[in-house]
Amino acid sequence: MTNSWETIIGLEVHAQLNTGSKIFCGCATRFGDEPNSNTCPVCLGLPGALPVLNWRAVELGARAALALGLNINHRSIFSRKNYFYPDLPKGYQISQYDQPFSANGVLEIMTADRDEAGHAHDWHPMTVNVTRLHLEEDAGKNVHEGLPEVDRYSYIDLNRAGTPLAEIVTEPDFRSSWQAYDYVNHVRRALLWVGASEADMEKGNLRCEANVSVRRVGDPTLGTKVELKNLNSVRFMQRAIEFEVERHIRTLESGGRLVQETLLWDEKLAETRPMRSKEEAHDYRYFPEPDLPPLIVPDEFIEQTRAAMPELPGPRARRFSESYGLSFADASQLTAERSLADYYESAVEASGNARATANWIRSELSRELENAGLTAAKSPVPATELGALVRMIDEGKISGKQGKDVLVEMFRSGKSAGAVVEERGLVQVSDTGEIDRVIDLVIAASPNQLEQYRAGKETLFGFFVGQVMKASKGKANPKVVNERLREKLKS
Amino acid sequence: MKSISNLRDGIVRGETTARAATESALNAAEKLNDSLNAFLEIDRAGALNRAAQVDAQSEKTDLPLAGVPFAIKDNICVRGMQTSCGSRILGPYHPPYNATVIDRLIAAGSVIIGKTNCDEFAMGSSNENSAFGPVKNPWDLSRVPGGSSGGSAAAVAAGIVPVALGSDTGGSVRQPAALCGVIGLKPTYGRVSRYGLVAFGSSLDQIGVLAGEVSDAAAVLQVIAGRDSSDATTADVPVPDYSAELNEDVKGLRIGVSRVLLGKGVHPEVRAAIEKSIEAYRDLGAEIVDVDLPHAKYAIAVYYIIATAEASSNLARFDGVRYGFRAKDAPALKEMYRKTRDEGFGPEVKRRIMLGTYVLSHGYYDAYYLKAQQVRTLLRQDFTRAFEKCDAVLTPTTPTPAFLFGEKVDDPLAMYLNDIYTVTANLAGVPGISVPCGLSSDGLPIGLQLLGPYWSEARLLRLAHAYQTARPLNARPRVFA
Repeated sequence: MTNSWETIIGLEVHAQLNTGSKIFCGCATRFGDEPNSNTCPVCLGLPGALPVLNWRAVELGARAALALGLNINHRSIFSRKNYFYPDLPKGYQISQYDQPFSANGVLEIMTADRDEAGHAHDWHPMTVNVTRLHLEEDAGKNVHEGLPEVDRYSYIDLNRAGTPLAEIVTEPDFRSSWQAYDYVNHVRRALLWVGASEADMEKGNLRCEANVSVRRVGDPTLGTKVELKNLNSVRFMQRAIEFEVERHIRTLESGGRLVQETLLWDEKLAETRPMRSKEEAHDYRYFPEPDLPPLIVPDEFIEQTRAAMPELPGPRARRFSESYGLSFADASQLTAERSLADYYESAVEASGNARATANWIRSELSRELENAGLTAAKSPVPATELGALVRMIDEGKISGKQGKDVLVEMFRSGKSAGAVVEERGLVQVSDTGEIDRVIDLVIAASPNQLEQYRAGKETLFGFFVGQVMKASKGKANPKVVNERLREKLKS
Repeated sequence: MKSISNLRDGIVRGETTARAATESALNAAEKLNDSLNAFLEIDRAGALNRAAQVDAQSEKTDLPLAGVPFAIKDNICVRGMQTSCGSRILGPYHPPYNATVIDRLIAAGSVIIGKTNCDEFAMGSSNENSAFGPVKNPWDLSRVPGGSSGGSAAAVAAGIVPVALGSDTGGSVRQPAALCGVIGLKPTYGRVSRYGLVAFGSSLDQIGVLAGEVSDAAAVLQVIAGRDSSDATTADVPVPDYSAELNEDVKGLRIGVSRVLLGKGVHPEVRAAIEKSIEAYRDLGAEIVDVDLPHAKYAIAVYYIIATAEASSNLARFDGVRYGFRAKDAPALKEMYRKTRDEGFGPEVKRRIMLGTYVLSHGYYDAYYLKAQQVRTLLRQDFTRAFEKCDAVLTPTTPTPAFLFGEKVDDPLAMYLNDIYTVTANLAGVPGISVPCGLSSDGLPIGLQLLGPYWSEARLLRLAHAYQTARPLNARPRVFA
């Protein structure tokens, strides 16, 4: 039944640009300081104060645009968006309106279908039309909780007021919550990758709003849309959209009507609810900000910014795939974060084995990192040491199984691969003479088993392997043990 | 009153002191304020303190304004003094920072004695819009001093201070200068930092100088002009020596006159005075040429769209939340906003906020604001073309001499027409200066206005100085220090 409905989603992402100071004054953008300590006449909106553009915000905005493959307008205009709210000290927000920093961009992302359990399959490219990317200042914060006398007053913290944001708005191009999910993850990764933003939704330096509507397949007109807010993670956003889509279809199929409104997602109750204050039809009375001249971005500046940027995830994944012989899935996973990709390349250099290194990072190291809640950049095992470990295994010095234990110990203690191997006396024995001696002892000690084996009970082969490994304290190269045992047991 | 260069030189040479100059200004201000209402705050203690600092400085030759007493319009932030903008809504507001011009004046050795009265948020041409009662014209206490920088103009005219700062959004320096018989200079937009000037119409506002002498206006401009990293609209244009060519003659300079602008609506005595001053310039060797500003007739309409649009946004911050006045008995947020702004703003400010809100509204923006900006561009082009033919355009500063209190207060349109000659400079961004050019039969001053190309302040000052030297206003207002 739901197949006869089409979901239409457009997204607005607000990314806090990772500058040290605010967009129109020199105050720090630091998070968590004493309320109102990072303020000055400009970001307090005191009478007479004037904004001056922080060029670093332009640079990071340019990085964001370039990382998403968007154009940058040579000339853009700041505009005032007028509305009253206590956390907005000037009574207007300096934003961009009809001449934004970047407009009419096209972005290619990878998206996948999901099964019932949410597992991705069939990754395929998708084109997203980006209406605009513009620069603006953030508002402050109204504080209603956690302070004395709060039952009588609300407080205002203007530390955040004037923090630079890039707002990225898409056309209503998404047809499923998962497409929206994949898009936001793509944006998040790209911004983080080029250092434009910390892009952490939980910390609020990436915020997302979704416009959602449904219509009958084939219907050219759009249905009534709702705006979803308070989406504090990409997953919450996906769930909130899903919830709304189901609600819309249910309502429409039972003959009900939808209201255009703004809804907040309540993750605990897993439902949306209308914003408390009645959403009024705002007339923001945009007009060009007379206190700021037009923003002129010279071509040379764009080229410099581009040249200073790291290789982007898409091209880098392609390169990994081509020059290291990795599958698309492996290459994508290793380029999920820039620090991971950097880690991988350093490790490959040390190991000389690109595929084995990829496997070790994707399985063993990733597990340890995940358990410890760390990123590759913070790994206690440096990339060169992981490479050294892989090389030892490759060269037969230790077994793969030993390697796993060694990695766990390296991760725990921060010691080098060589040190752990030596400490544990883990050097693998591949010398056939030595192994033969152990095998002879094991065979001599197990006459019954030998008889049964020779009588045809071949399953006992594993028993002998186990005994030899045990007798060698695990140091014997299992490959050599296998070869020699077969030989010895025959005769 | 001594010119500031005499005063300053005397202080630097030790013949007199900053303290003496400051005391005499303070005494005059205190004595005359009952009749003039020119000052909203007189800071005797602060000023004397400051004067003592200047006197204590052993080397004063580097201080171009050593010990010069100043009055500052009460919409420019001075740390340690109030800033009311002539409004109740700022309540008792004391800015924690200095405007850039104030920092520069202080660094130059000047002493600020107080804050001058003005029309609320600089909106007005008569000073009748001040929440603290109007300033009186020192030439005739029953008449308006002009506005909005009426307090600064009256303080200079009455000889309390030699110089004062005002702000000029549509004529607010030049118009009261004309009505009070002093020099009023509005520099090119972007010449003087607006940082710390409480905004009215941000694309029009410019801090200007009121002075008794043209040379004093030049000396003050010298100190306050120039790029400011705190104001992105200041221009990176070199600041020339404004006094250097002051005494050069005006032979061969071309003065443009638009006959249309001298047509209907001009008081006959103003027209006569302007005709005489044109002759005076001709006598001084200037060449008089006809110019045309075809779009000037739209200037008032365009001005009252752009200025009010910007004002509606600029005045949004006065909401009772963070500083200034907050209405009592308003338990909910919206009620608090509404009551605070209703009780805090005066009628003219409300009128302009409503006008400005309207012209920016969805569905009206294109018809009003956008159209006004287009006409503004045409007006700029008018000036560009006019300045191909002349070095300065000469007009009356105001259509009439000072009018009576209450005369136009119920007719906003008639009041707005006072700005007919002055708003064009703000719309185009060009500099202008008003120079006293005679007295009416009632003994009221009349001003001529000179408008020049961008950054041509030096030439305007030279033209004004030549006129003032040749035809000084040999009369004093009734109220004088």
